[in-house]
Amino acid sequence: MSTAYKQEVVLRCEGLHRYLGEGEGRVHVLRGVSFEAYRGNVYAIVGPSGCGKSTLLYQLGLLDRTDGGQIWLDGELMSNSGDAERTAARNRHIGFVFQFHFLMLEFTALENVMMPMRKAGRLTNEQMTQRARELLSSVGLGEKTHRLGTQLSGGEQQRVAVARALANEPSIILADEPTGNLDQKNSSIVFDLLTRLAKENGQAIVLVTHNNEIAKRCDYVRPMRDGEFLSPETGS
Amino acid sequence: MSPNFLIALRFLTAKKRAMLMSLSCIVLGVGLFIVTQATTSGFENFFIRTILGTNGAIRIDNKFQDTLGAMYAAGTDAGESSMIISNREGKKLIQGIDEPQLLINALRPFGNVSGISQVLTGSVVVESAFSEADAKVFGIALDDHVAVSDLEDQIVGGSLADYRVTPQGLLVGSILAERLRLEPGDSLTLQSRDQRRRYTVTTLFETGVGDIDEARIYMPIGEARSLLKQTSGASYLQIGLFDPDRAPYDALLMESTLAHSATSWQERERTWLEVFRALRLSSAITVSVFTLIAGLAMFNTLAMIVMEKTKDIAILRSMGFTREDVLRIFLWQAVIVLIIGALLGCLVGAGGTYAVSNMRVRIRGIFATDTFIVAWSMWHYVAAVTTAVVMVMMASVVPARRAARLEPGDVIRGTAQ
Repeated sequence: MSTAYKQEVVLRCEGLHRYLGEGEGRVHVLRGVSFEAYRGNVYAIVGPSGCGKSTLLYQLGLLDRTDGGQIWLDGELMSNSGDAERTAARNRHIGFVFQFHFLMLEFTALENVMMPMRKAGRLTNEQMTQRARELLSSVGLGEKTHRLGTQLSGGEQQRVAVARALANEPSIILADEPTGNLDQKNSSIVFDLLTRLAKENGQAIVLVTHNNEIAKRCDYVRPMRDGEFLSPETGS
Repeated sequence: MSPNFLIALRFLTAKKRAMLMSLSCIVLGVGLFIVTQATTSGFENFFIRTILGTNGAIRIDNKFQDTLGAMYAAGTDAGESSMIISNREGKKLIQGIDEPQLLINALRPFGNVSGISQVLTGSVVVESAFSEADAKVFGIALDDHVAVSDLEDQIVGGSLADYRVTPQGLLVGSILAERLRLEPGDSLTLQSRDQRRRYTVTTLFETGVGDIDEARIYMPIGEARSLLKQTSGASYLQIGLFDPDRAPYDALLMESTLAHSATSWQERERTWLEVFRALRLSSAITVSVFTLIAGLAMFNTLAMIVMEKTKDIAILRSMGFTREDVLRIFLWQAVIVLIIGALLGCLVGAGGTYAVSNMRVRIRGIFATDTFIVAWSMWHYVAAVTTAVVMVMMASVVPARRAARLEPGDVIRGTAQ
């Protein structure tokens, strides 16, 4: 599958810079990072804490402003666009999975998955419900669609988050330590789900992880240190 | 249902207790605002009805010679001009009206005039079998006076029919009658200058205005002329208007046209009207404190929700919800509480107004009533709801904007302020 999509770049960035903090505490977190993600491939960004991998992920996900450099999403230059365009692009092209799942706890699993679809407004209520059910079934939660976030285990919540990330059929999924808060068994389940579903749909996955086992199972691993990639892309 | 509204509703129900506080304050604020406005306006309206029903909309009395005169807009007659410049300075006043009929004829063309009653007044000493008191007789033509007053509705003993058929019959104010222990059918003596005449009390009236009820006696104007030895003229003309609110304008026009002092009820009762206005305003300000508290409670609740929901806001933003969506989500919460609060507040206000209107309270002096007087006006509800909307929405905008300004990257990274 990855070969079939190899030529299609979903996400590209060049010379990304980012500073955090102010005054004497100002830190140069990203130092001219460049990166490309192709459809159907899974990329792992690894490195020690504070090396800038999560900051890079938020930059790539248009959640954060850059201090230099450019980002293209599906061929469209996004780094200079306004908040409205970036927000619309997130809804249309990007699915996020975070370490602490960030489910909206007042909503059921089904409603959480439907939320990005509601915002996109492309489907009818019946279609949204149908798709959300299918996604929850595909992550093994078909029987728990009407449970509130608080009534699900950590692994189940993360699986709902995976289903939610896939809801609008994004071209790329950005995952920040998606298994960081899970035990080994659940980590494996969530990673397998994420990669299987993404590859089935030809979506690129960029994940930040400390978990070497998970990183080894990705198509490409990019080690980072002090705001830079250490070496050229390595395939696994 | 829009996703923003749905999220607002869920956030709201997750904070039931805090929202109930805001809701209760809005209900109380709106409800009490309505009740206080209904009672103060009720008493004010009743006072106005009373003064219109006793002394009429306009009173024309002393003649004056205008040294500066009045100016009308060019090319118009006195009755047509909409621009009048009048000056009360430098006028020489001559007591009473010499030619009342001429003035009455001149007043007929005024379109807003519904009735005119000429009145002759004079001081007398009243002597009953029990006691004696100072009083004032008011000579009137009954039908004319009924047309410019509520005298017909103010009868508390005997009847106007008795008055009409009884020679030497009198209409006596209720307090005066009580003081002199007079009942319909009793005799009394009126003494004016060197005359003493015997009359029969046929009817008792009560206006509710203490000053009137304790000193006023109505009698036929012909009899008054004879008793007061004033063969012609009148003390004043009492004018009834179809639209009493236009009285100041009409009075100004009449004064300019007739060269007699014309006083509108608004000018005559300015002091009391100002008192009522001040009462209405002060009660509105006082009860608005509840609405202010509602606004503060809403601010507090929304600020708490913003703090607790920063991660939800971040995830919503990452899913494609715009800053405006986040702003709307928080403003919707305020709007939902406001709508429920305003509706309940209006119901409480209406129920409270109804309950107050049935409370017994005996008031005599400036008007007579045995129950609380209330005014049912849509504008009280509009003003109460508007006050609540302004205060609560103003208080909600700050936390809502704060929520909208949150940077999702900062929240997820854990550095959001």
